[in-house]
Amino acid sequence: MLKTSWFKTDKHIIIALSLLAALLCILFLTYGAKGQWGFVLSFRGVKIFALVLIAVAIAVSTVLFHTITHNRIITPAIMGFDALYVFIQTSLLFFLGVIEFINLSGMGKYLLNIVIMVALFLGLFHWLFLKANRSIFLLALTGIIIGIFFRNLSYFIFRLLDPNMFAVLQGELFSSFNAVETDLLGISAVIIGLCLVPIYLMRYKLDILALGRDKAIALGINYKPNVFGLLAVIAILVSVSTALVGPITFFGLLVSNLAYLIVKNQNHVNLLIVACLIAICTLVGGQFIFEKLLGLQGTLSIVIECLGGITFIWILLRTHRR
Amino acid sequence: MFLKYFFAFIFLLFLFVFSLFVGVSDFDLFGAWADEGDQQLILLASRLPRSFAVVLTGSALAIVGAIMQMIAHNKFVEPTTAGTMDSAALGILVATIFIPTSSLMIKMLIATVFALVGSWVFLRILRRLPVTNPLLVPLVGIMLGGIIGAVANFIAYETDLIQYLTVWMHGDFSGILRGRYEMLWLTFGLSLCAYFIADQLTIVGMGKDMAVNLGLNYRTIVSLGLIIVAMVTAIIVATVGMIPFIGLIIPNIVNRFMGDNLRHALPVIAYIGACFTLICDIFGRLIIYPYEVPIAAIIGVIGAAVFIYLLLRRDVHA
Amino acid sequence: MIKVQNISKKLGAKLVLDEVNFSLKKGGITAIIGANGAGKSTLLSLMARLLPLDCGQISFDDLDTGKTPSDVLAKKISILTQSNYISARLTVLQLVMFGRFPHHKGRPQKADHAHVAKILELMELDEIADRFIDQLSGGQQQRAYIAMILSQDSDYILLDEPLNNLDMKHARNIMQSLRKIADEMNKSIILVIHDINFAAAYSDLFIALKDGKIIVQGSVDEVMTEGNIELIYDMQVDIKTIDGKKHAFYYT
Repeated sequence: MLKTSWFKTDKHIIIALSLLAALLCILFLTYGAKGQWGFVLSFRGVKIFALVLIAVAIAVSTVLFHTITHNRIITPAIMGFDALYVFIQTSLLFFLGVIEFINLSGMGKYLLNIVIMVALFLGLFHWLFLKANRSIFLLALTGIIIGIFFRNLSYFIFRLLDPNMFAVLQGELFSSFNAVETDLLGISAVIIGLCLVPIYLMRYKLDILALGRDKAIALGINYKPNVFGLLAVIAILVSVSTALVGPITFFGLLVSNLAYLIVKNQNHVNLLIVACLIAICTLVGGQFIFEKLLGLQGTLSIVIECLGGITFIWILLRTHRR
Repeated sequence: MFLKYFFAFIFLLFLFVFSLFVGVSDFDLFGAWADEGDQQLILLASRLPRSFAVVLTGSALAIVGAIMQMIAHNKFVEPTTAGTMDSAALGILVATIFIPTSSLMIKMLIATVFALVGSWVFLRILRRLPVTNPLLVPLVGIMLGGIIGAVANFIAYETDLIQYLTVWMHGDFSGILRGRYEMLWLTFGLSLCAYFIADQLTIVGMGKDMAVNLGLNYRTIVSLGLIIVAMVTAIIVATVGMIPFIGLIIPNIVNRFMGDNLRHALPVIAYIGACFTLICDIFGRLIIYPYEVPIAAIIGVIGAAVFIYLLLRRDVHA
Repeated sequence: MIKVQNISKKLGAKLVLDEVNFSLKKGGITAIIGANGAGKSTLLSLMARLLPLDCGQISFDDLDTGKTPSDVLAKKISILTQSNYISARLTVLQLVMFGRFPHHKGRPQKADHAHVAKILELMELDEIADRFIDQLSGGQQQRAYIAMILSQDSDYILLDEPLNNLDMKHARNIMQSLRKIADEMNKSIILVIHDINFAAAYSDLFIALKDGKIIVQGSVDEVMTEGNIELIYDMQVDIKTIDGKKHAFYYT
């Protein structure tokens, strides 16, 4: 854990993390590179670009989700929303039929997925969160089970489509930072960029929204439209990251809670930037260590799941000592 | 009363016989009776073992769930929400890596030990959770299972055993043949053991103080219960693979009309578990005939839906 | 005969009981009184072997609680703890029948059924015997738990705040039943009770704890003095004798 006393202000933390991120990126780009530099740099550059996009999408969506739901435990991924995305993908395949699905251009497919995702996400959120006052644990548990439900349903539908294919969807459901879908990078970057604009514009409003519904309304915020707008942004970010790597349950939880731990002045400008930087350092650094140093392929996501799961239990035990 | 039992038995028998007829190759029961050729082979080598396997697995998993709920004092605990299933799968994986030539029996023993350790760790963590929030228990259990599963995945990935692990992690009856399922009969014996100590398990479910007051050796009964749970889980994971939620939804449905007195409830739990699993298996074999959908996917969908219903039924929970 | 010799108990860093000694003859009702945190519940739990002893010795009719097998003790002593939350879904009848477990070991005989029926009637539970306990009111649940303990039919009955959740009418009924059981069946009942007047009206002896030590002990008449009550509870009360019985007035 970083000792907070090393850094006098949040600005120092941000600068230090930025330098670390840059250093890790350079290391990743150049370490052990042989042969043509142009090729290596562009090949690895694409990879780093993808990792950075994923890191930003997950970090931002998680912190925003925490702000809206006033907790630091449940994240969009824990609520099963990335499993929802996979489910939409398979059901599109099912209902449109394989031929229609292939005829749809890659871009069109992707955008259609995202549109449906936003709609279903808002519906699910409305169903789970805006009814009655449910405890955070009930929501978390329900979310996890919803995730299991959608994963099994996707698997089920996939078997209906093509009974001969074992474990193909398994590959889809099993995230890997090695096999990032690079052909979607350009459009993903544009979408994430577009999402960051409203968040930037709302950066001060977010601090007020974090105070809770009643206080936000008392302070003159038009609560419902703002929350639903943010939810749409979260849904889009979750879709993008899931489309790129597949579901990763605990990464958001890990980086957001690290950010809460080290940021001193917890306004959203600081929190969002620090969370993104931590996410970038973790992904690029982790991938560097696992792929280049240890020579272990595609296991970073498993390690993150493992650490994230332990963190989750630890947070639960810490906040609920007997 | 007698009539009720009679009809219940006829229903199970009907499902069982029906499931014998579901399959790719043509088969008629009387043909198998009359001549000793292919027909009898299909019946004895494939169909009967499969139907028995389904019944044994369904009833044993339901019973195991009920036992765990008594031990953990929590309605949402079962082998997949307590890390037991994942521990067993990890155990089989470890056995396969370190003793590649080991028999199924050895693998099961090692898996049993892992499942025991996993459940024990879970119970240790439980002690630190507040009793007032029953939802924390399955939450922590599922996470624990996820962590153990991630460790298993990591090991399997590095040793190129992902294919095998995938088989153990996803329950499927399609591989059941004569000679490869007989271990499952052990679960029947274990279920009988559970019935033998049904009263003690119910008393354990009333809490430690009550159990001691009634002169019970609390630890012994909990250990016995856990051993039954671990062995059943290990056997099922090794022969069929992981099947989620049977142990959760069946006891929760039964206790709504019968209560939790296991002396009365266990046979009903076993019966409904068997019927439910048979129906799901028949459905999985028919829906994309002549192919089939693995049982774990079907029960995963139905089980998760029932679980969500059970969770949200009482809206204001703790 | 209960003998409690030199028992002490630490829970965490706190010494909850400090060198407690007393002995009680068989029969009658003994009330353990004292302020919150005085160690009353811990004392009961130690006597009923729910907690292990740090040092000292407790025996019931020469059965040492540390050495006697638990299932033998279950026929000698029974305890109702303060909070009873049972997550298992049982009917009142099933619950009370489980009180007979030390006797029938899972195979209830005719005598067990007869005994349970008697207790259900005594506790006014016979009409709701087939209801699940989670469908009952707090008071009904409390009576069901007491019925379960009584059906255990042990010589010594320890009750930790048995009047929890009970209204005036049922509280009095329970105390009258306990009195009857103590007198007619020669049982020893030891209870922790907060309402000093209830305790005084129905008990024979008082044991008063303060900070883990016995500070006053004796018959109800001896203990119910203004000086003693102030010593035990650190508050001033008026003791008045009405119809030959002492009452404490502390409401105003």
